[in-house]
Amino acid sequence: MSGPTTTSIRPEEILRDAENLRRSLGPSFRDAVVEAIYADAERIARRTVRRAGERYDGFDQWLDRVLTSPITGLPIMGLGLALVFWVTIVGANYPSELIATVLFWVEAQASALFDMLGVPGWITGFLWHGVYRGLAWVVAVMLPPMAIFFPIFTLLEDLGFLPRFAFNMDRLFKKVGAHGKQALSMSMGFGCNAAGVVATRIIDSPRERLIAILTNNFVPCNGRFPTLIMLALVFFAAEFPPAYASFVAAGAVVAVVVVGIVTTLVVSALLSRTVLKGEASVFTLELPPYRRPNVMQVLYTSFIDRTIFVLRRAVLMAAPAGGVIWLLSNLHLGGQSLALWIADFLDPLGNAIGLDGVILLAYIIAIPANEIVVPTILMTYTNAGQMIEISGLDELRALLVGQQGWTLLTAANLMLFSLLHNPCSTTIWTIWSETRSKKWTAMGALMPLGIAFLVTFVVAQGVRLLGS
Amino acid sequence: MATPMKESLKLISGHACEACPLALTQAGIHTEDVDHVVALAGNPNTGKSTIFNALTGLRQHTGNWPGKTVTRAEGAFQFGGKTYKVVDLPGTYSLLSTSADEEVARDFILFGRPDCTIVVVDATALERNLNLVLQVLEITDRVVVALNLVDEAARKGIQVDHRRLARELGVPVVPTVAKSGQGMGNLLQAVEGVISGAIRTRPHHLQGDRAFQQAVDRLAQELTQLYPGLPSARWVAMRLLDGDPRIQEAVRTGELARIAHGDTPALGTVPRYPLTLEEVSP
Repeated sequence: MSGPTTTSIRPEEILRDAENLRRSLGPSFRDAVVEAIYADAERIARRTVRRAGERYDGFDQWLDRVLTSPITGLPIMGLGLALVFWVTIVGANYPSELIATVLFWVEAQASALFDMLGVPGWITGFLWHGVYRGLAWVVAVMLPPMAIFFPIFTLLEDLGFLPRFAFNMDRLFKKVGAHGKQALSMSMGFGCNAAGVVATRIIDSPRERLIAILTNNFVPCNGRFPTLIMLALVFFAAEFPPAYASFVAAGAVVAVVVVGIVTTLVVSALLSRTVLKGEASVFTLELPPYRRPNVMQVLYTSFIDRTIFVLRRAVLMAAPAGGVIWLLSNLHLGGQSLALWIADFLDPLGNAIGLDGVILLAYIIAIPANEIVVPTILMTYTNAGQMIEISGLDELRALLVGQQGWTLLTAANLMLFSLLHNPCSTTIWTIWSETRSKKWTAMGALMPLGIAFLVTFVVAQGVRLLGS
Repeated sequence: MATPMKESLKLISGHACEACPLALTQAGIHTEDVDHVVALAGNPNTGKSTIFNALTGLRQHTGNWPGKTVTRAEGAFQFGGKTYKVVDLPGTYSLLSTSADEEVARDFILFGRPDCTIVVVDATALERNLNLVLQVLEITDRVVVALNLVDEAARKGIQVDHRRLARELGVPVVPTVAKSGQGMGNLLQAVEGVISGAIRTRPHHLQGDRAFQQAVDRLAQELTQLYPGLPSARWVAMRLLDGDPRIQEAVRTGELARIAHGDTPALGTVPRYPLTLEEVSP
């Protein structure tokens, strides 16, 4: 056995032999293997499994019938999602104000102390009104919604809610010529688009996988949900009478999610009819049983993996962004700050799509992390114009609506732009590492950006046309 | 001389082990300098990642969600004085298709040469889960089946005769409830036994019709002639008959030779007390 190998057979011979046998067995060999596997599995299971009673208890079965019914399934899930957002919006309002009040009080005290100690104004400005304020905004506007939203979301995930959502979506994906499993990778995208892009590995056809990768960005990720919720909180909630303001805000977030899903389907359909033509392949999707979630695991996942992770990333990005904004706002050129120069330059483009130059500037600064768009906008406004003390969300509304002239259109288009625009740099990098193609990576980044401009432009022009 | 055997029998089969200290040290992500490599395979959503977390103390994201793991996650633990690296493979229903996640699982079991592969199966849906087990058994004989979610099965009135299942499959079958850590001790004992050779496995092989049998046997024979000791000869034969380009490539380049000369325990190192499967499974 250990002596020199004296085999008379060579690899080529085996391969040739295999080819011959393959031909003699015909194309049905694959089926023969699968049949052999199924037959043996069936026989062994019959010998070892004993069932008492029914295999699927009454309530679970009833629940699945309702949740995956073509008629009631999606509406129920939409309502459920709305309820989650509503709870988040109602619950986050007060803590956000409280945190903002405390953090900005600290800023005022600290900068006053620095002034008293005779620290040069630019250092105080850069550190406290730049870097620190960036951090304060991120924590104040993002932490409370995340701390409420993520545990609920994780709970739904653990219960087995998402696969049922994917099941309902499967029909629609097949209709548009994409793979039904894209419903799964899309659902993963609600967590993180980079993870959603990696999740497309479960799709075996390269064509359908590319469609899933290119459209994953159209569902809002954990980083963008707080932005959407926060905008709904600050804006929609304030524009409507208190009695139903929170419902309108929750409805607005759901509407944005629905727009994202519709966009995913429309773009998938367009892709599969143009550059990525082909038939949809068939597969089976398994509905896992409803399981009682492990509460500790849910808390851990939602708090450490999600809340802290997103917050940390936002904080890491917001600190330098805060510094950059402060510099841009305080370095003057010809009597006007750099931020204003850039914002003025971008203004016409911003106006055309219902936004403004500052918002576009914020999007450019926030390319590494979508989480910090709103804090960046706020910092730019507060630094660029009159310095005002903002101690709560009410003042925030006063700033955006009163001073900057935001309208419902601005908020709606900002939500749409946040939903549709280019993925964050992590996701773009992930698309590159999954496809190893410059072409598809560029497409994955630029196509959403183009769509974001197109949609917000159409909405802005439409509203202005109707409104005037 | 009989004592060690009884000892290990009790540990593998006895419920006493749940009470005794597990002697499991979770070693997190420190996967260098390991004695053995263990792979975790299974259908999606059977609790692989939960078992992975229980063993390594890591927090691989788990969820009631097929397709959660699409890449390999690695961690380590210590048990019985040995350090083990454990590799969490993507959940797959089979090893026959060509999606990226199935390829990761297939390539690791075949070319990664794990010392033992734990196939995690869902006790509530055994028949469907067996499809994957039967395929893994064609690739390697060092397999332990973790019959997971037995609590859920019991709630649904499903009982699996795991002793009978072990006999049918020819490898140890250990009932587990990964969520609560139940059965982990027994699982590790079985893994240790399969690796050391204390447990001899006789993996089930697919039957199929006559033409299927003849073709597979003939090719498998040729393959073992070329690569003596190749544990996955029958499976390689089946893949060749299906025209799998990746496997054709592996035959052509001699990649399979590496597996054949792998660390299959030589005859001399087989422990003196080989247990039969009937004794091993509780």
